[in-house]
Order: sequence, then C-alpha cells, then structure tokens
Amino acid sequence: MPDFSIFTDYFPIYMKGFGNTIVASIIALIGSFVLGTIIAVFRISSVKLLNWIGTAFVEFIRNIPLLLVVFVFFYGLPSVGVTLSGFVCGTVGLTVYTASFIAEAIRAGIMSVPRGQTEAAQATGLTYIQTMRYVVLPQAVKIVIPPLSNQFLNLVKNSSVLGVFAGFDLMYFGDQIASETYATFDTYVIVALLYLVLTLPLSYMALRLERKLAQTG
Amino acid sequence: MISKKWVASCFTFLLAIGFVLSGCGNTAQTGGGAASAPAGSPAASSAPSGTTAAGGGFALDDIKKRGKLVVGVKYDTKLFGLKNPTGGEVEGFDVDMAKALAKEILGDEKKIELKEVTSKTRIPMLENKEIDMIIATMTITDERKKQVEFSDVYFKAGQSLLVKKGSPIKGIADIKKGTKVLAVKGSTSVINIKAKSPDATILEFDNYQDAFSALKAGQGDTLTTDNAILYGMMAQDKNYEVVGEPFTDEPYGIAMKKGETALQSTVNEALKKLQSNGEYKKIYEKWIGQSPS
Repeated sequence: MPDFSIFTDYFPIYMKGFGNTIVASIIALIGSFVLGTIIAVFRISSVKLLNWIGTAFVEFIRNIPLLLVVFVFFYGLPSVGVTLSGFVCGTVGLTVYTASFIAEAIRAGIMSVPRGQTEAAQATGLTYIQTMRYVVLPQAVKIVIPPLSNQFLNLVKNSSVLGVFAGFDLMYFGDQIASETYATFDTYVIVALLYLVLTLPLSYMALRLERKLAQTG
Repeated sequence: MISKKWVASCFTFLLAIGFVLSGCGNTAQTGGGAASAPAGSPAASSAPSGTTAAGGGFALDDIKKRGKLVVGVKYDTKLFGLKNPTGGEVEGFDVDMAKALAKEILGDEKKIELKEVTSKTRIPMLENKEIDMIIATMTITDERKKQVEFSDVYFKAGQSLLVKKGSPIKGIADIKKGTKVLAVKGSTSVINIKAKSPDATILEFDNYQDAFSALKAGQGDTLTTDNAILYGMMAQDKNYEVVGEPFTDEPYGIAMKKGETALQSTVNEALKKLQSNGEYKKIYEKWIGQSPS
C-alpha cells in the first residue's frame, strides 16, 4: 500500500505540475485538432501540392519518436535564433506530433464514406462544401470519434515528455519529489493516479458522445 | 491429456517464480554489500592500522627500499585519471601529481606504479598495502580522517558555475531572481543551489549531457555541479568557462595508511615544494585549463 503522506506533504508541488499538465494538454488538444483537420483536408485534396505537403507531414512526424520531435524544438531551434522554454517546446511538439495521428484518423473517416454518396449528392446539385457539410461529414464523424478519443488520451499521457525538457509538468515534479524523498514507488503511484484523474473523465466523455451520435444516426 | 497440460503449466509457473526469486536474491545481495561496505570498513581497518602506527610508520622506508612508489588512481575519471582508450596510458591531473611526487621522493618520475582504484576499493587496497597512497579525486572529510592520513589539499573541489564566456555571471553572488540555473535531477547540487540562491529559476535535466546541451542552446544562464565535471565540459568546448570560487567545500587530498605520519609529512613537504617551484601550477594549467586560485 503506497504511503499517501507524500501527497499531502508535497501537495503544492503536485498541484503545480498537475495544473501545467492540464494547460499543456488543453492547448495541445485544441491545437492538434485544428492542425490535424487542416492536414487531413490537404491529404484528401485533389491539388497535388497540398496532397504532397499533407503526406510528407504525416509520414515524417508520426514515424519519429515524440521525444525527438520535442528535442528538435528545444535544442535545434536556438541555433536559428528562436529560444523557447521547455514548456512551450513540449506543448508545440506534442501538438505537431498528435496532429499527424489525428489527420490520419480524420482522413480515414472521410474516406470510409462510400464514394457513391458524394456522387449522388453532387448529382442532386449540391456544391462540394454542401456535400461535405450535409452528406459526408455527419457520417464520417461517427467513425472518427473512437480513434480521435484514443489520440486525445494518448496526448494527455504523452504530455509527460515535458518532464525531460524542464517543462514543469506533473512528471517533472514527480521526478523531483522521487529524488528528494527516495520514495520512488509511492511518488509515481500518486503521479499515475493524477493522470487517471485527467484521462478517465475524458474516456467517459468520449464514450457518451459516441453513444449519443449512434442514436441520432 | 488435461493433467499433462496442467503439470506443464505448473512447471512453467514455478520456473517463472524461480527466476523472479533468484533475481530478487541477487539484487538484495548486492544492495546489502554496497550498504555495509562504508559502515564496515572503518571498523575492520582500525585493528591492523593500530599495530603499525608506532614510530610514524614504515611505508616511507618501504618505498625507498623498493625504489618505486605505488599509487592508486582512477582509470575512468576525465581530467583526473583516465585510461586513454587508444594508447592504454593512464593520464590526468592525479597521475601527474603522482609522478611529481615520485620525482620529489625518489628522484625520478618514472619510479612509479599506477594501480586502478574506485571509490569503493581505494581504502581497502590501502589497508592491504597494495598501494602506498591514494590520489583519486578523494574528498577530505572528518569521517575519512578516522580511517586514513590525509595530505594537505591538492585540489579545491566543490560546486561551481559554468557560463558562456563573456557572461555577466562571475560567481554565485550574481545569481539573482529569474536567473536560469541548469542542473541535473536528483543531485545534491540542486539542493545546494536552492539554499544559496533561493530566487533562481532552476531547470533540472536527466543527465549532464542534456544540461550542457541546454546551456549551449541558450536555455539557461549557467550550469551548476562539481567543478571537476565542469572543467571537463570546459575542455570539451572552449566557449564556456568556470567562474567564481567553488561555493561548497570538498577539497581533494592524498590519502595514506593510518599512522603513516612520516610519509604524510614527506608528501606535504613535497607538495609545498611543487607549489613554490611552479611545477604544481604547470600541472594544474595543463589539465584544468585555468590557473590555480
């Protein structure tokens, strides 16, 4: 049974890290959703150049470890004169990294709507935008929600990468408390519980949304 | 058939448990050994040293009779004692100090034999007379003074600051509110710097390479840890320098067997001579890259 007195003794430090993890996660969540959608549109676009940019982004970013993506921002950017803090680098890296996965999820969702639907919609005189808005996207959303919520959960957990770059997140302070108290196991059990406090409600919300959309189907 | 399967799975399970247990046993053993070594060695050492303590010891006579000084140095420590991976030679500040002492005591710096020691083996090896003295980044502490005789300080080690050349930070007093200080997670240097300058922003990294990379990338104003490590970084990149006096006190001394007071005073005289004739300064500058303060 872990010793929870560490949690009460180091409560302000835990909360500081917890708060920063929440802020980083929310920024990266919104950012990666917007960026991921744009990239997905690029990938399904009929314009060759946009298509190429989208593919290059996804294949490049999602195939290297997140740690190295942030590494480039933290250690690489200063050589071109841009020095950003560990918190900013971590959050931006997380956004870019997650966006590549979200782009793929959204693209897959849109592609899974049969081509006949688009053709039928356009035959009735709907424009491209209207076809997307009223025919394709409502169907795609239902397919996209589960993989998307997966990515958001991963994002919250992956935010622990900030700890490596002095980003003052939950993991950073967890390391600090562990090295101060030598109670490594107890410290990280509490860290894990705090991550659960964030991810479990997110999981639950995704499930609710999924059910609601299934009903309106 | 079912029973055969059942037996097989039981067997695998037991095997797995066996592995886990033997694994645990090993770690417990090494853990216990490590923990008991520092506590046990002073008690074990006091008995034999007591018998040879009379008359200032025999080590000095032994060395002269043998015509060779046997010194324990580190083989794995940058700048102080490092085995050159290509040539096989052991080189460093401690090694050159050993050679200089051999020259003072026996008249020839070649009359020397180096033996590898680690922080754990050095005192037992001294007790067993495998080595005459330890010159191996050994900090003089009151606890160790009970086990060995120390020479005068030959290197002022302690926590210090590394900055980019031309930085406004010239010492610990220049660390103000908002100064970004880089350090390594879980090290005592973090505790020390928090006590010395509580207003500083401390950024902790997983290891020294990361912290030094962060300093190079401009993510912080200064890096703090033991000056011996900082001098090593300075040797790697000449754009960085160690500034100010060390703000913690961890002086290195040469250790000799308890009771060898005759050898101790000979070594101290030799150290004084090396300092007055400039030999010490030469060795210091060769390895540390700065003049001794």
